[in-house]
Amino acid sequence: MKRSLAILGFAVLLALSFVLPALAAQQELRWGGDTEGGAPYMFQDPKDTSRIIGYEVEIIEAIAKHLGRKPVFVQNGWDNLIPGLQRKLYDVAIDGLEITPEHKQEVNFSIPYYATFLQLAVRRDNKSIESLEDCRGKVVGTLKQAYSHQVLEEFGGIEIRLYEDEINAYSDLVNGRLDATLFDAPIAVFYAGFNPEIKFVGPEIGRMEYGIAVRKEDKELLKGINGAIVALRDSGELRKIYDRWNLWSPMMAKEFNDYRPRQADAVMFNEWAELQKPEFTFRDRMKRYAGFMPVLGRAALTTMKVSIVAMLLAMAFGFVLAVSRVFGPKPLSKLAVAYIETIRGTPVLIQLFFIFYGLPNIGIKLSPFVAGAVGLGLNYAAYEAENYRAGLISVPKAQMEGALALAMTRWQALRHVVIPQAFRLVLPPLTNDFISLLKDSSLVSVITMVDLTKAYGQLATTYYDYFGTGIIVAGIYLLLGLPFVRLARWAEGRLAKVGNMTRVEEETTEDLIASKDGIL
Amino acid sequence: MAPSNQPLIVVDNLCKSFEQGEVLNHISISIREGDLVSIIGPSGCGKSTFLRCLNCLEILDSGTISIAGVTVTRKSPKDPITDDLLEKAHLLRQEVGLVFQIFNLFPHKSVLENVILAPMVVKKESREQAEDNAVRLLKKVGLEDCIHRDPSTLSGGQKQRAAIARALAMNPKVMLYDEPTSALDPELVKEVLQVMRDLDAEGMTQIIVTHEMRFARKASDYIVFMDKGEIVEVDDGDILFTNPKNERTREFLRHFEGDAL
Ligand SMILES: Nc1ncnc2c1ncn2[C@@H]1O[C@H](COP(=O)(O)OP(=O)(O)OP(=O)(O)O)[C@@H](O)[C@H]1O
Ligand SMILES: [Mg+2]
Repeated sequence: MKRSLAILGFAVLLALSFVLPALAAQQELRWGGDTEGGAPYMFQDPKDTSRIIGYEVEIIEAIAKHLGRKPVFVQNGWDNLIPGLQRKLYDVAIDGLEITPEHKQEVNFSIPYYATFLQLAVRRDNKSIESLEDCRGKVVGTLKQAYSHQVLEEFGGIEIRLYEDEINAYSDLVNGRLDATLFDAPIAVFYAGFNPEIKFVGPEIGRMEYGIAVRKEDKELLKGINGAIVALRDSGELRKIYDRWNLWSPMMAKEFNDYRPRQADAVMFNEWAELQKPEFTFRDRMKRYAGFMPVLGRAALTTMKVSIVAMLLAMAFGFVLAVSRVFGPKPLSKLAVAYIETIRGTPVLIQLFFIFYGLPNIGIKLSPFVAGAVGLGLNYAAYEAENYRAGLISVPKAQMEGALALAMTRWQALRHVVIPQAFRLVLPPLTNDFISLLKDSSLVSVITMVDLTKAYGQLATTYYDYFGTGIIVAGIYLLLGLPFVRLARWAEGRLAKVGNMTRVEEETTEDLIASKDGIL
Repeated sequence: MAPSNQPLIVVDNLCKSFEQGEVLNHISISIREGDLVSIIGPSGCGKSTFLRCLNCLEILDSGTISIAGVTVTRKSPKDPITDDLLEKAHLLRQEVGLVFQIFNLFPHKSVLENVILAPMVVKKESREQAEDNAVRLLKKVGLEDCIHRDPSTLSGGQKQRAAIARALAMNPKVMLYDEPTSALDPELVKEVLQVMRDLDAEGMTQIIVTHEMRFARKASDYIVFMDKGEIVEVDDGDILFTNPKNERTREFLRHFEGDAL
């Protein structure tokens, strides 16, 4: 018991060390975005994956400079950018966020810094689709929760397929699963513009404006940002950024009332275009993958750290639950059962969201790491408790009696005789659970952590390569799990040996617990 | 065999029932220090329950058990089982060793570790002290070659002798055995019975529930015949087997006529 308490204490300390760093410093402008959103918004620099680039990165950095504040990037999933803002993970959110009435109910928006439209794309050999009307009865792919999704729905009669990212949508267009795609024009240009099998058709569709999201109460900040946007527009700085990324359009000319010719070379766009060239040798590819290693290594470390802390927590708390359930007094036992059933009966994803985004409402604000480790740990504790319970009740009753007959107290008998034997029974399922946990830890990417799965998404969108990157990431997961697979095998081997002994007796601790006349 | 006439164990009106009904019905007996007592009787008559009550694995419903100066007493089954009662039960268990039919050795520990565990945990003996004592006891039961083996590698007779050594390590004043040889192949029975004979020679007080009629008759100071939760007859082995006073004893012993008693 002492040792498990020590482990629990250690887990809590470790967890605390991740919460303490202060969340906001005075001079910072913390901005939230999702690097998995991809080019040209924000993505990892293919030349140096530890850097984030994109026209939105340049814009927010220019704004921060104008305000005299230090920009600090905070990663969060695109779907969760607005909840994350409300939860004060960062001061502003920027990532192609459309100014819509729904969004405006939740947060305030700056004046638009960019305006664009939707672009329809089809396969090059397609002759039948030239506009949205032609898409009726056809399958069209788009981004979930985006303006384009809304447009397609309102248009009606179109079979809509929703995607988390553009790359998979465009590859489905090429391989025939989709008849067309509808995406924000910048996305279309950067992700389909270089693909010889795809062509753009039809007129500009709709109009969308990107704004910077600010919490409702931060009126001063909003004023400052609006002032900065106006100043950067008038100084031509914004224009230069758009030119560098080749994002200037007639629509923008009208928006900014700026009809001058190009003000800067499209260097960033050209670099991207260079990357898209098909003549890419095997060696280049290997070199690129080698370049992934620092990013993937860091991500793997995050995955491992959160999994290990969660597992320690699960083992310690699960033990408390199991002992309460099996040997505790009635009310405690019932409480343990209620906990176990509730946790096992609800999705872990909901639990994570609840802990990270829900608990701050009652004043409990956990860092992403702590929320992730605690969320997964509390979840797995319920499963480990059941594991332990199975172990405890499968130790023959005679073992407990043997120990009691030697004048041990109940607790001494549990500690020295029953629990060590139960532990052996429990070790194989425990290690198997750790391997599941390692995989389930990919869920922490929804609460802003960059684990292996998130890093996979980021690299794959940057390089347009879900295939090779996927194999590498799968390999890393396998490698991480391998020691534990071996541990499980070894434990199973040991178990077979001990199992021979205990099978003789059939009555188990369960019967002992059930018998009221026994010495309880 | 019996160095003193002091009663070491006094049982007075011990009653015990389970949900299904009464198992022990007003049992009274006193046993002197150094006695070797065999208990025989038909299956289900309450022999095991009696032993388990004597070492408080089962808490008695009513009556008094007094062993080596520790007294556990309860007026009626309606009396709550108090902390005080449990405390007494725990004290009493330190004076009474119990050996089971199926040994109940701890499979995750070596023979030596089985023997030293309780002295270290309960009596807080140092490891050296406990080991010295354990090695001595294991030699005494003839297991000096098995000290570091896993229990699973022992024969049945060796297991039972290890279990006896384990109980002896707590330095009890009384040893109880519940059919200690029933799970053994016939050729292994002797070595276990010999250990009990040796202990008897050293003056240990022992109660043995057994079906080994020959051993009961030859080795015991006297035999207790139980039936239906009562002590029916207590007598010297030769008398009980040849000329039982009670009709129920006679009836029971008829089953053993074929055996050489
Ligand atoms: N824990 C228990 N709960 C309920 N009933 C029990 C319990 N232990 C024993 N009994 C019952 O008490 C009665 C006496 O059992 P006990 O084991 O003492 O008999 P025994 O004389 O040792 O028999 P055997 O020679 O078969 O071992 C039996 O009817 C048995 O079913
Ligand atoms: Mg019995």
